[in-house]
Amino acid sequence: MDMKVRNRRPDLPVSSHVKLDKQDKALITLIQAGLPLSSTPYTDLGHDLGMTEREVIERLKHLMQDNIIKRFGVVVRHHELGYRSNAMTVWNVPDEQVSELGHCIGQFDFVTLSYRRPRRLPDWPYNLFTMIHGQNRGHVLKNIQFLIERCNLDRVEHQVLFSTRRFKQRGAIYHPFNKGLSDDPQTAG
Amino acid sequence: MDELDRKIINDLQAGFPLTEQPYAEVAARHGITESELLSRLQQLLDNKTLSRFGPMYDAEKLGGAFTLAAMQVPEQDFDKVAEVVNSYAEVAHNYQRDHQFNMWYVLATETPDQINLVNRDIEKRTGLKVFSMPKLTEYYIGLQLPV
Repeated sequence: MDMKVRNRRPDLPVSSHVKLDKQDKALITLIQAGLPLSSTPYTDLGHDLGMTEREVIERLKHLMQDNIIKRFGVVVRHHELGYRSNAMTVWNVPDEQVSELGHCIGQFDFVTLSYRRPRRLPDWPYNLFTMIHGQNRGHVLKNIQFLIERCNLDRVEHQVLFSTRRFKQRGAIYHPFNKGLSDDPQTAG
Repeated sequence: MDELDRKIINDLQAGFPLTEQPYAEVAARHGITESELLSRLQQLLDNKTLSRFGPMYDAEKLGGAFTLAAMQVPEQDFDKVAEVVNSYAEVAHNYQRDHQFNMWYVLATETPDQINLVNRDIEKRTGLKVFSMPKLTEYYIGLQLPV
C-alpha cells in the first residue's frame, strides 16, 4: 500500500464562514446523522424537507463545489479495521518548504492528515503535523521511514508521538451545526 | 467482513453518486443487487466497522472555531488534569501521547473568542501552560485508509 499516491490537492487556508440559506441548513442538519439506506435516499430527504429530489441533489452538488462538504461517502473506524496504531508526527520544516513537504507527505495513503500549525517557540519548534496510521507501532515507524526517504526529510528534525490513551471522543461537537465533522479524532483542530 | 465488503468500503470512501438511485449504481459496479448492498452497509454500520455514512463537513465554513492544544502534564498529575480538561463540553477529543507534551486535546467552539476563554480557564484551573496550535494551512485531510 505504501506506493499508492493521491493527486496533489490545493493549499487550503483556514476557511472563512460562508452564508447558507435556510434550506441548505435544514439539509445539512438532516444528513449529518447519515444518508438514508433506501433505494432513493435523495427523494426521502426531499420528502422530509419539502424539496424535490432534483433540488436535494443540486444543493448537495453546490455544497461540494463550495467545499462545505469535503467528502461524501463512508467514514471507517480505523481501529476496528486493523489500524491499531496512530502517530502524530511533527516536523520542524523551514517556512519556505512547508507547503511542498506538506503536500509530499499528504499524497501517501497511510497519511490521514497533513496540516501546517504555528510554532510555539522556544518550547515547540514543529510546524508541520501529520497523522500516520499503521497496524502496529513497527508498521507506523516503517511508514515514517518511507516518508523520510520519499520526501527527502532526512535532515528535518521530527518527533513521533504515539497515542497511548483516548479520553474523549464525542460524536457531536459543541456547535450544533458541526456534528458531521468531528467524530474522528484526526479530523478536527 | 469479507473481501466484497472491503471492496465496497474502499469504493465508498472515495465518494458516493449523486444520482436518483445511487445504491443501485454502486451495487451494479460490484455485481450485486441493491438490496444486498443495503444490507451489507447496514451490517457494517451495526457492527461499527463504519462510523458514519454521509458527508464530512468543513466545520469552519459552517461557523465553528477549532484548535489543537497541548500541555506538558507531570505524570503524577495526569489523571487529575485530564478530569479538568475533559469536563469542558467544548473539548471534542483528548489524547494522551508518549512525549513531554503528553496531553493533546481538540477544542471546538462556536466562535474564536471562546477558544481563548476555555484555554485561559484550563490554565487557571490546572496551573499549567496551554499551547494552542490552530490549523494554518491544510495540505491533506481524509479519513480514507485502504482496508
